[in-house]
This record gives sequence, C-alpha cells and structure tokens, in this order.
Amino acid sequence: MLRVIQRALRPARLVGVRFHAEGEGGRPEWQDPKSEDEVVNITYITKDGDEYNVRGKVGDNVMYLAHRYGIEMEGACEASLACTTCHVYVLGDHLERIPGATEREDDLLDLAPFLKENSRLGCQIILSKELDGLRIQLPRATRNFYVDGHVPQPH
Amino acid sequence: MASQFYMRQFTGSRIARLFSSSSTLPQNSNVKVCVVGAGAAGFYTAQQILKAPNTQVDIYESLPVPFGLVRYGVAPDHPEVKNCINTFTAVAKNPRCRYYGNVKLGSDVTFKQFRDAYHAIVLTYGADNERTLGVPGENLKYVLSARQFVNWYNGHPSRIITEDINFDADHCAIVGHGNVALDVARILLAPIDKLKTTDITEEALDALSRSRIKRVSLIGRRGPLQVAFTIKEFRELVKLEGVGSLLDANDFVGIDTSKMQRPRKRLTELMLQTLERNVSAASPAASKVWDLKFLRSPLEFLGDQSNKERVVSIRLAVNRLEDERAVPTGIEETLPTGLAIKSVGYSSSCPDNDIPFDARRGIIENDAGRVRGLPGVYCSGWVKTGPIGVIVSTMNGSFETGANLLDDLTNGVIDSVSPRGGSELIVHQILKSKGVRHVSFEQWEKIAAFETEMGSKKHKSADKVLSVDQMLKIAFS
Repeated sequence: MLRVIQRALRPARLVGVRFHAEGEGGRPEWQDPKSEDEVVNITYITKDGDEYNVRGKVGDNVMYLAHRYGIEMEGACEASLACTTCHVYVLGDHLERIPGATEREDDLLDLAPFLKENSRLGCQIILSKELDGLRIQLPRATRNFYVDGHVPQPH
Repeated sequence: MASQFYMRQFTGSRIARLFSSSSTLPQNSNVKVCVVGAGAAGFYTAQQILKAPNTQVDIYESLPVPFGLVRYGVAPDHPEVKNCINTFTAVAKNPRCRYYGNVKLGSDVTFKQFRDAYHAIVLTYGADNERTLGVPGENLKYVLSARQFVNWYNGHPSRIITEDINFDADHCAIVGHGNVALDVARILLAPIDKLKTTDITEEALDALSRSRIKRVSLIGRRGPLQVAFTIKEFRELVKLEGVGSLLDANDFVGIDTSKMQRPRKRLTELMLQTLERNVSAASPAASKVWDLKFLRSPLEFLGDQSNKERVVSIRLAVNRLEDERAVPTGIEETLPTGLAIKSVGYSSSCPDNDIPFDARRGIIENDAGRVRGLPGVYCSGWVKTGPIGVIVSTMNGSFETGANLLDDLTNGVIDSVSPRGGSELIVHQILKSKGVRHVSFEQWEKIAAFETEMGSKKHKSADKVLSVDQMLKIAFS
C-alpha cells in the first residue's frame, strides 16, 4: 500500500532545504488556485514510491509545481529544453491527453536514463482541466537500479 | 510566498531515518564535509549532503572561479545548458555551505590534510587531462586536442594562444565521433552572428570570423551505428545555416533501423534522412560543409616536406567491423588537412599519491561513490565514472554519492563525533602559512558582475576574465 502524504501540501521551512534558483517563487505555480474551476489534481510518485497529492491549477508547469511542494524533481536547464533532469513517466491514459512531444523534447528524451514509452519531460507538461487526476512517476535513476534486474538502454 | 526554500518530505526515505530519534547521529552535531572540485559534480553532491541539517559543506576549487566544465566545457552557443549555474549558486548561498576558490589539491593542500580536517571528503576534481592516440606526429604544430580547442574558445586560463591554431586552412580534420567533436565542428562552421552574443572570447570570435576553413571532416574508427554523439547535437549541425552535411551512402548500405532501440533508431534515421537530402538537393547553397568519415583510424600525422613542424595530412587505416570492433583491413589512405583536432576523450589525473587511483581506467577506485578502503572518502563526477555522459548522468551519480555519504553518517561508518578543524584548519592555518589567498563566493560574484558588465558593452552575455591574475585582482579589489 503506497502512502499518501497530504503534508506535502504545506510548503514550509527546513528539514530538507530545497535549492532552486532565486526568483522561482515568483512563478505562477506558487499561487494557489483562485477557484475550484481552476483546480487540477495531480499525484507525484517519488523514487521511493511515496505518493503526493497536489492541488495544481490550469496552466501550471508540472516541474515547477513539483518544486513548490518539495518533490525531488530537478530542473537543471530551467525548462529551456537543454537537459533531461526532469524526466518523468506519465501513468495511465493521461499520456494521450498531453500534447505530443516536440522534436526537440524527443531528442532530449533519447538521452534520458531508463527511457520508456510513457517518458516525458516534466517541464513540458502544462496542466489543463483534461489532465485532472494526472499521475506522474519519477524514474529511479542511479546505478542501484541495475541491481533490480533492469537492463539500462545503451546511450 | 517569497522564500525559495520549501519543505521536502522524507518519510520513508533514508534521510528521514537520518533525522529520526533512533538515529545514531548526535543531535546538533556539526558534521564537516569537504568537496574538492566546484564543477557540476561538486555542487550536486553538496546539494544532496546539505539536505541533512547538521552538515557543513566546504567546496574547494583549484581555479578562482567555480562551475568547472559548465563554465569551460559547455559550448558558448548552448547558454541554456548553463542555467544549472543558478541552482549551484543557490547551493553556494546556503548558510551551511562555503566556497574556497584558488585552492589546489596536492600542491596547496594535500589529500591527507583535507582528510584530517573533515569528517568526510568528496573528490570531484573531474578530468582535466585528455587521452592521446599514441601515434607518431601528435606533437606537430596544428595538431590539437579538443580540450585545447574548447579551452581556447571558452577562455580557460590555461588555454593555448590563437597563433597555435591554423585558421588559414581549407580543411580541418577532427578525430572522434562524440558530442565534443560535434561541438568543435559547429563552432568552426557556425555563422559568426550565431556566436557574437554569446560568452565566447573576443579573441576567438575575431579568429573565427577570419577563418578560411571551409570543410570539416569528422573521423571515426567505427561505423554509423557506433557513433557516440547524440541526436540533439547531430541535428544542430545538420540544421546549421549555410553549412552542408555530407554523408556517404556506401556507409549506410544494409542498415535496418526497424529493430533498434529508440535513441539509436531515431539518430540513425536522422542520418539516413540527411543522406537522402544530400542526394536529392540539386545544388546546395552551402559555402561550408562537414562530413562524417567512418571506419578510419589515424596512423600518423604527417608534416610538411619543407616545414616538418606543421601538419599537412593524416595517414589513416581503413577498418572493417567485426562484432562492433574496428579491425584494420590493411588498406591505408591519406587525408590532407591543415588543422587536426583530436577529440577522443578526456581523462582524470591523480594530483595526490594518497588517492587510490586506477590509472588504467582513469578513475578513483570506488563502489557507488565510496572510495575503496578509505571510510569517509567519496567521489563524484568524472573521477568516479570516467569522462562520459551529459549533465543528467553527473547529477544522478552525484546524488547517489551524496545519499551514500548520508547513509554512512547515519550508520556510523563515518566518525562524525571527534572534532575536526574544517576550514579553520585548512584556510586559516595551512593556506595562510603557505601564503595562498582563497576566493570566496562573494568575491566570485564580483568577478561574475565584472564579466557581465564588460559583456553588456559588447552585446554579449558575458566577457570572461581570461587570466587567474586578473580574476584575483578583481576578487580582492
């Protein structure tokens, strides 16, 4: 049974400190939804299998929203399509409701460790009403994974 | 919500265990960790270690300025890749993190001194050497390594002078089929306007604008299915304005992409499309071209008859593939070139003999970042893995090392109880007695501000300070 941790909804101080570029706090993802009409519920599943339910809103970027709630998703190039550090898996049929990857995103995904059919870059997923209930899984990405019998793709 | 620091949930994670009441870690203890090398690996490892609230991380760097290959390796026309500098800066500004630039492992401070001064040490000093081909003529004039060329256009303090590069040649040969080789080709062929606004040095910009090089050949010992470069970089070169891409159909006979895995498949398909475009294009308007030469290994760089000092051609062995291995056929050919750039990989060095360094593999002996036989000693980045991979691999590998360090801290593998001198000892005693003055992060920011200001006058993102002396002058002004 996977844990559902509502506490993640409370952005707060310390324990673990998130380091992100200054100014990220000014992004729209840091604003709460103004009405229920805007709300897009999204679940993040971390490397450790923990689930976090987050109330996002229409227009939010899945990567920056994760940052707001302390989900361990990096974003080295700051959504400028130059890296794959925000690589995620989109679970279920929501994948089809997300506009397809551009050529540039696909080129980058080819560099992502543990690429799968449902791989996307988190920074390229923008929340819309159709995506309510979206489930996003973060890949396990270290060598420890190999022990589990997963065969990494050559890249 | 103005603060950029947010709570992270660590329930169920090893970090949560670190803070739980059952933790063996003494409360409020100040665990002193040093990271040697302020490149991507150093900062990503520090970021992970700082998640434990009782850690203090000091980052040491041999140059006055931080960010390693993000500053000196990433091509100037890829500024978005450098955005990770913002994250690194946020790490450096954590109150429990300090930066000490201009401090050299081995000569200024020994490995043993670092070890004694800290509870744990992470070596992330990277790969500052390059592999050689081991063939005659490598030392001829105008035979360079990619590292030398990259350092030159990126303004590294130890770069070669412009006169050491032959831009008065029609043809440049690059040995290697990796992303660095493609970077070098792109910089040599790019329309100069594409580079003008970047942080490329003024001197490089000037030399490139006067370059006569019209053709760049990239030589690889194996075939199209073994190239190490990736699709993003290949596509960029293919799309370069006014530059033609020449592939030889003979190299692609019998290639079937249907059973390939996605990354190789998409790359190979793009090569095939590029090939088809070559054939169908009536008359390409390209004034410059590049081409991929497959199944060729350099045997010798040949000098001029009258002036034996400078390269004029490369003697190549023609190979065939046997189980993906290149095997010489016995046939040879000669490729004329006025500039040869070897892009066959970087290698790490061992700046201190007390570090267990595997010279053959060019890495520090380690298990998932734990240096073998030395508890409390770790490594990340290219000294850990060898010089491969893009930033995501360095990041993941660094997170792994950092997480393992925190695990060891929790499990008592690291002695975090006995007091350690930390930077008090290293900076205020050892460096002081040697007359070495370190550069702080605030002083680096003075250098950065100077570079931005100088750059804005020239409509560039930055105009880099090019010598250590000038860096120190600005830092200490």
